[in-house]
Amino acid sequence: MPMQGEDIEALIRAAFPRARVTVTDLAGDGNHWAAEVVDESFRGRNRVEQQRAVYAALRGKMDGPNGELHALALTTKAPD
Amino acid sequence: MTDAVTPAADRIRADVQSNDVVLFMKGTREMPQCGFSARVAGVLNYMAVPYKDVDVLADPAIRQGIKDFSDWPTIPQLYVKGEFVGGCDIVTEMALSGELDALLDQKGVSYDKAKADEIRKANA
Repeated sequence: MPMQGEDIEALIRAAFPRARVTVTDLAGDGNHWAAEVVDESFRGRNRVEQQRAVYAALRGKMDGPNGELHALALTTKAPD
Repeated sequence: MTDAVTPAADRIRADVQSNDVVLFMKGTREMPQCGFSARVAGVLNYMAVPYKDVDVLADPAIRQGIKDFSDWPTIPQLYVKGEFVGGCDIVTEMALSGELDALLDQKGVSYDKAKADEIRKANA
């Protein structure tokens, strides 16, 4: 069962309550997602650290061939 | 980075230490098997960066091992001089912003600057 956009957003929001989160269905197939996360906690952290934190929020959903989340393009940054 | 002692971890460590640039990907640099891997291999190929490609689909132990090695759940993964740079999204952003050029300059890795500029021009 693929994840829904609301589920992805909810998991990210739970970890980054003040973030601006935008989740987009890239292919319209409910299987290829993009998420942009803009959060103050990213300031001063490099992109690997920022995206590791988002992956951690998704709690293993990306893991392995049987992960519920097949494809998620991530953009992370601190607010301008 | 973990310091796990498994045969897969040993092979990964040997690869990233003995090659300036290593891309762990699905498929090969000539025949990628996934769009995300294809994008990163395409950037490196176009910029004429010398690199070693490791096809994780050829070995389940490497496919899992590389995720444990970097504490990063997705593939592709790019390493420069032993250091994890990022996955598809990060490498794409860095190529478009010029940060990838700066990293390669700083690490003394050769690449075609004109081709890198072409990528940015085409995506401006």
